[in-house]
Amino acid sequence: MIKKGKAWKFGNDISTDHIAPGRLFHLRSNLPEFAKHVLEDADSQFAKNMSLGDFIVAGSNFGLGSSREHAPQIIKIAGINAVMAKSFARIFFRNAINIGLPLVECNTDLINQGDELELNLENGVVKNLTQNSDIKITPLPDVMIKILNDGGLAKHIEKYGDFKLI
Amino acid sequence: MGKTIIEKIIGEYSNKDVIAGDFVVAKVDVTAVQDGTGPLTIEEIKKIGLEQAKNPLRTILFIDHAAPSPRKELSNSHKIMREFAKKTGSILSEVGEGVCHQRLAEDYVNPGEILIGADSHTCTSGALGAFATGMGSTDVGIAIALGKVWLKIPETIKIIVNNEFQPGVYAKDLILHLIGLIGADGATYKALEFTGKTIKNMSMSNRFTLSNMAVEAGAKAGLIESDEITEKYLISRGRGEKFKKIKADNDAIYEKVIEIDASKLKPTISCPHTVDNTTTVDKLKDVKVDQVFIGTCTNGRIEDLRVAASILKGKKVNPGTRLLVVPASKNVFSQALKEELIDIFVEAGAVIMTPGCGPCVGVHCGILGDDEVCLATQNRNFQGRMGNPKGYIYLSSPATAAYSAITGYISDPRQVIKSVAV
Ligand code: SF4
Repeated sequence: MIKKGKAWKFGNDISTDHIAPGRLFHLRSNLPEFAKHVLEDADSQFAKNMSLGDFIVAGSNFGLGSSREHAPQIIKIAGINAVMAKSFARIFFRNAINIGLPLVECNTDLINQGDELELNLENGVVKNLTQNSDIKITPLPDVMIKILNDGGLAKHIEKYGDFKLI
Repeated sequence: MGKTIIEKIIGEYSNKDVIAGDFVVAKVDVTAVQDGTGPLTIEEIKKIGLEQAKNPLRTILFIDHAAPSPRKELSNSHKIMREFAKKTGSILSEVGEGVCHQRLAEDYVNPGEILIGADSHTCTSGALGAFATGMGSTDVGIAIALGKVWLKIPETIKIIVNNEFQPGVYAKDLILHLIGLIGADGATYKALEFTGKTIKNMSMSNRFTLSNMAVEAGAKAGLIESDEITEKYLISRGRGEKFKKIKADNDAIYEKVIEIDASKLKPTISCPHTVDNTTTVDKLKDVKVDQVFIGTCTNGRIEDLRVAASILKGKKVNPGTRLLVVPASKNVFSQALKEELIDIFVEAGAVIMTPGCGPCVGVHCGILGDDEVCLATQNRNFQGRMGNPKGYIYLSSPATAAYSAITGYISDPRQVIKSVAV
């Protein structure tokens, strides 16, 4: 599937406290409301300004910090197509794949704020339509591709009644 | 071929000879959630018709992050956890019983076991020679329901620490130094193994501090081999029979080896807003502190409170500074009462709060005002962490925190600590 959208650039070390702040803990039981605050502590206007299908494009170690799965959840609920970064923190990485939010590891220096992007996960390429360039994606491990293809880990287990990953 | 601690533990649990890089589905001994992640965990397994606990007596639901609850939405989340515990026969750790990681180490996790917890600092129990790691609600929900998890065996970075700390320098300074050295992503997708003479002589309390912060370098686990000190700790907690020797082979293969000379370390501080933004205390001049917080799963143990009390005894907290003390668990609290440490804190002008996470995560108390500075013994100083993105958090050992509470500025505890503690 090919996905198109605009790039929203963020820096290195965007933490789960930036994405889903602890002070909004009480909204964890109301994720659509929580999603209106996504990334608020990194860019207070982001949730308001982004459009459905856009991409978050960050530097290294995106999603470091807490294990709160609410962080990838509200990114997905806000309507972000995928998160691209040079690297991801481990727990965030698992959580995003488990809930079916695609993550793309690539050289995000080749993308500027506002660039139009086209993501083709099958081919492993991000096309930067604004700059007319192709960016290679680091492929996901097979286990994670299986989980994403089943629509997340819960759906995988629902389908097979057990782990059928390895 | 020799094996690292993590390769040994996971290999045994997946009935396979495994090495770093392998994917396995492994059996899980202990599962845990807290009140920030538990309700979503329960919802996830309910959705797929698996509202059950495979090992109820080793499934623990902790109410610690927003305890006591500051608002009705969170009270309702707590209710979901109580109901699940009742329905499945799992264990509920109520308001005031303490921070999940402290409680897991005190009463639930044993050497050689696997613990999966829905909280990033689950790695704390790695100090017991267990494989303990944090994951999200879905992974942990399925581990609760089925007693299994999928894992990729990480490569291990070996951290060898030798020699004695100077007086006033502790495990917290060591781990902050290490994270400053390798960076907040220096161990992403990897495990850390701490070894060397300094670690062999180190108390369990200080070992927990090291393992607790492994995740701040991105690590999946922070492991320490089990030995006589581990055994003594288990005996003190009434489960000496659970002791098992877990140790890496001499010819185990490591991704990298880092050697640290403990005697060269100084009291270390993480400056806002990342943990790897470290410096030594003597380089910080005139940083005025509005709030000092001693507690958390990193440094809220009885040994930490003893160090802080030894500095605060007979002294007063600076009038421009608030001091909040939060014992990590009820056990720690009652021990501190017995040793009259609480009296020392109260007389110095500190506020004592319910055992649990306290102000660490910015949910229910101790929230910073705009431009305020907090010096905390916790493990994280991310922007917004303590409830206000306009606040500034510095991290230190309990000794640095206690002495700074007296002076009102971030200050070097070596000025008052003259003897070494392990
Ligand atoms: S004390 Fe802080 S770091 Fe530890 S579990 Fe609680 S919120 Fe997390």
